[in-house]
Amino acid sequence: MISLIVELSRYVFIILIAMYTFLCFSVLRKKNQEEINHGWKVQNLITFLIHFLAFGVIFIQSWQVEILVFYLLQLFLLQAVLVFTRLIYPQINRLVLNNMCFLLMIGFVILTRLSFDRAVRQFQIAAGALLLSLIVPVLIRKCAFLQKIPWVYGIAGLLLLLAVAFVGKEDSGANLSLVLGNFSFQPTEAVKLTFVFFVAARLAKSTEFKDVALTTVLAALHVLVLVFSRDLGGALLFFVTYLVMVYVATKKRLYFLGGLGAGVLAALIGYQLFYHVRIRVLAWTDPFSVIDNEGYQITQSLFAIGTGRWLGMGLCQGMPNKIPVVEEDFVFSAISEEMGGIFAICLILICMTCFIMFINIAMQIKKNFYKYTALGFGTLYGFQVFLTIGGAIRFIPSTGVTLPLVSYGGSSLVSSIVMFAIIQGMYLLKEDEELEIEKERERAARARAKARKAKKAGADAEGRQRKAEPGKQPKERPARKKEKS
Amino acid sequence: MFIGLFTLMIGYFVYFEAVLSPDVINNPYNARQEAFAERVIRGSILAEDGTVLAETQVAEDGTEMRVYPYGNVFAHVVGYSTRGRTGIENLANFTLLTSDVSTIDQIRNDIHEQKDQGNSVVTTLNVDLQQTAYSALGKNRGAVVVLEVETGKVLAMVSKPDFDPGSINEDWDRLTAEDDTDSALYNRAAQGLYPPGSTFKIITLLEYMRENPDYADFSFRCRGSLTEGNYTINCYGGTAHGQENLTEAFAKSCNSAFASIGLSLDETEFASTCDSLLFNSDLPFDLTYSKSSFTLADGATPAERMMTAIGQGETVVSPLHMAMIVSSIANGGVLMEPYVLDHVENYKGGVVDTYSPTRYGTLMSGEEAAALTEYMKAVVEDGTGRKLNDLGFSVAGKTGTAEYSNDKSKSHAWFVGFSDTGDTDIAVCVLVEEKGSGSEYAVPIARQIFAEWYTQKTFAW
Repeated sequence: MISLIVELSRYVFIILIAMYTFLCFSVLRKKNQEEINHGWKVQNLITFLIHFLAFGVIFIQSWQVEILVFYLLQLFLLQAVLVFTRLIYPQINRLVLNNMCFLLMIGFVILTRLSFDRAVRQFQIAAGALLLSLIVPVLIRKCAFLQKIPWVYGIAGLLLLLAVAFVGKEDSGANLSLVLGNFSFQPTEAVKLTFVFFVAARLAKSTEFKDVALTTVLAALHVLVLVFSRDLGGALLFFVTYLVMVYVATKKRLYFLGGLGAGVLAALIGYQLFYHVRIRVLAWTDPFSVIDNEGYQITQSLFAIGTGRWLGMGLCQGMPNKIPVVEEDFVFSAISEEMGGIFAICLILICMTCFIMFINIAMQIKKNFYKYTALGFGTLYGFQVFLTIGGAIRFIPSTGVTLPLVSYGGSSLVSSIVMFAIIQGMYLLKEDEELEIEKERERAARARAKARKAKKAGADAEGRQRKAEPGKQPKERPARKKEKS
Repeated sequence: MFIGLFTLMIGYFVYFEAVLSPDVINNPYNARQEAFAERVIRGSILAEDGTVLAETQVAEDGTEMRVYPYGNVFAHVVGYSTRGRTGIENLANFTLLTSDVSTIDQIRNDIHEQKDQGNSVVTTLNVDLQQTAYSALGKNRGAVVVLEVETGKVLAMVSKPDFDPGSINEDWDRLTAEDDTDSALYNRAAQGLYPPGSTFKIITLLEYMRENPDYADFSFRCRGSLTEGNYTINCYGGTAHGQENLTEAFAKSCNSAFASIGLSLDETEFASTCDSLLFNSDLPFDLTYSKSSFTLADGATPAERMMTAIGQGETVVSPLHMAMIVSSIANGGVLMEPYVLDHVENYKGGVVDTYSPTRYGTLMSGEEAAALTEYMKAVVEDGTGRKLNDLGFSVAGKTGTAEYSNDKSKSHAWFVGFSDTGDTDIAVCVLVEEKGSGSEYAVPIARQIFAEWYTQKTFAW
C-alpha cells in the first residue's frame, strides 16, 4: 500500500509544481490587483501542499517521529517568513518572496530525505538567516553611505579570498573554507556580496576608462585568487558577473567582447597548464572512459537523472546517495531522480523567473548604484543556477557550485537569503522612487491648479478631485507601470 | 542571453531524458539496476516469432529461476544473468527489469504483495536458422553469423564451444578453470579475431578496382607460386592455375595472382580503404565484440605486402565484421547496423518500444558493390564455392583457408557470402577453427543455412 502511495504521489507533485510554475508566469501578466493577490495565495497554498505531501511520503517510509516534529518546525518557519515579511514590508515583491520560500521548502524536503542531520543544520541556519534578512531591506533603504565605500568592499573581499587561498581547508581538490574552531565557513559566499557592491559602487561613480581599468584590476585579482585556490566555478561566476555589470554600466560592446575574448584565452591557457582542468574537461567529454575516478561523480549523476526519467522514482525510492556530495553540487540530480524530469524542468523554470524578476527590478531602478547591484546579483544568481544544473546534466563541465537556497551549505544559504533580501530592498527602493515621482507630479499639478485658480474661479472642484488621489494609489499602480514601459 | 542559455539547457535536459538516458543507465556501474529486481520479475527474451529463449519462472514459495529452454543453442547471444551478465541479458537488462503494467494491475499486485512482471524483449533471432547453424557446426569449434541484408537484423549468431546459461553457476568453475582451452564463454562470432585468409581477397579486389579503372583487363599466368625477393607465395595445394583473368583468379582463389596484385597496390590507399571498412575502429554493434585490425605501413616489405593481400599478414577480423562487409556488398554498398533487439513488449503483449533498422553509411559505391557481387557469384558458379550452385537460387560468396601456424595441415575454414535473390536476402559468415579448407568444411555449413532460409521463405509464400 505504501509503495502505491509513493507511486501516486509522484503525479501529484508534478501537477502541483506545474501549476506553481504556470502561476509564476501568468500572474505577472494579470492587471487586476485582486487576481494577482489571489495568484500569490494559490502559490503559497501549493508550496505548503507539496511540503505536506512530501513529508507525509517520507514519514510513512520511515515512521520516525522526529520527521513530524521537523516538519512542523519548518511549516512554522515558512509561515512566519511569509507573514512577517508582508507585515513589515507590505509592498514587497511577492514573486521573489514566494519563490524563495518554495526553493527553501524543496531544499528542506530533499535534504531531509538525503541526510536528516544535515537538513536540521540547514534549517537552523536558514532560520537565523531569515531573521537577519528581515532588517536587510531597511538597511538598504536608510544607509546611503553604502555606495560611498567601494574600496572597503574590494579590499576586504580580496583579503578574505587570500586568507582562504593560503590557510583554507582543502576540500575535494579546492581550497574553499576557513575553519574557526569547529565552525567552518566559505568566504567566497560572503565575497560574492562584497564583490557586487564593490563593482556597483565603482561603476556608479564613474565609467571613465581610467576608473574602469582600475576596477578591472581589482576584479581580476579576485578571479585570479579564486583560480589559484582551484575554485574554478567561483572564478567563472565572478568573471561573468563582472563582464555583465561593466557592459550594462558602460554600454560599450567592446569591453564585453574584449573581456569574453580574454576569458576564453585564459581558459585555453589554463587547460594547457593545469592538469586538474584537463581532468575536469575529460570527465565532461567522455566520463565513461574514466568512470572509476574523475568521471564517477558525473556518471552517477547521469544514472540518477536517467533512471528517474520523466516521472521520477518517488521520494525515498531512488539511490541519490550514490552520487558523491549530492547534497551540495548535485542536489539537482537527486531531485530529478526522485521527483522526475518534469518536476526538475519546472524547478529550472522557477529559478528562471527569479532571475527574470531580478533583472526586471534592476532595469526599473533609476539610481545607478542600486541598479548595478541588483543587476550583479541577478547575473550571479542566474549564472550560478546555470553552472550547477548544467554541470549535473553534463551540459557543461561540472564546476562544483551550489544551487542557491536548495543545496546544503550554511554559507551558501546565508548569502543566498541575504541576496534575495537585498533584491527586495532594491524593489522597495524602486517603489519609493515611484512614490516620489508620484508626489512630484502631484506637486506640479497642485501648482498648476493654483495658477489656474488665480485665473478662474471655477477651478475649485478640480483641486478637490486631485486631493482625493493619494488614497487610490495602490489600485492605479499596475496601470502606471504599463505607461512607463 | 541568459534566457537563451537556460532554454538551451532545458532543451539538452529534454534530449537527455528522451534520447540518451536509456543507453546511459544500462551500465554495470549503475547500482539502481539491482534495486529494480526487488520489485520486478525479470522479463523474458523472445525470438522474432515469440518463442521463449529465456524466462523467469516463479515457484510457489516465491523463489525465482531463470530458465533457458534452448540451453546451449543461444548461449552466447542471449547470455546469462545470474553470474554477472552477458549478451542480450546484459544489453536489455534495464528493459527486462522495467515493468509497464497498468495501474490497476499494479494496485492488485501491491495488495497481494506480488512483484510486477517485467517487460519482454523480442529479438531479431530466428530459431530455425539458429538451430540449423548450431547443428551444422557440429562438434567443431567455430562461429556462424547470419544477417538480414536490408535491415541488419541478426538472424543467427552461434559460437562453439558453448555452455548452458541455465546452469552457469554450477559450471562456472569448470568453464573458467586455468587449464581450460575451450574458452566456451567467449562469443567467437563477435569477439573472436582470426586471420581472414582468402576471404580478404574481396577487399584486395576492391582496392585493385579502385586503383585501376581498367581492372577488367587483368590477366595473369599462374605457375603455382610467386617469388618476390626471397619470399615465395604458394597457391593452395601447389596447383598451377595457368593463364587466367580476374574473374578466374578470384573464383579459384589464386594466391599467386593476388600476391602480385598486392605488390602493385599503394599501401596508404589500401590502409585507408580498410579503415573505411571499419578495420581498426568501433563497429556499430551493441553486444560485446573485438575490433578487427589491419596494419600495412608505408615501406612494408614485399613479403608483408603479398601476405596481406591474401589475408595471411597481420590482419585479424571477427566473423561478425566479415558478415557486415559482405552484407554491405549485398545491399548496394550501404551498411545497415547489425542489431539484435527488435521491440519491447509489456507482459500483455502490448508494444512499449520499437527499434528500427539504422543505416550506418556507404562503404563502397553501388558500381563497386555490383562488380564485387559478380566476382563473388563466379566463385559459387565455377570456383571454390561450387557446392552452393545447385540450391535453386543465386548465391555470391568467397571461401577462405586461413593458416595460423606453421602446421599447414591445420587451418581455419571460412565462408562469407549472401543470397542474391533481391528479396529479403541474407548474408552468412561461417568460420570453422582448425579444420582445413573453406570449400571443404565451411561451405557445407553455409549450404545448410541457405537451404533452411530458402525453405522458410518459400513456405511463407
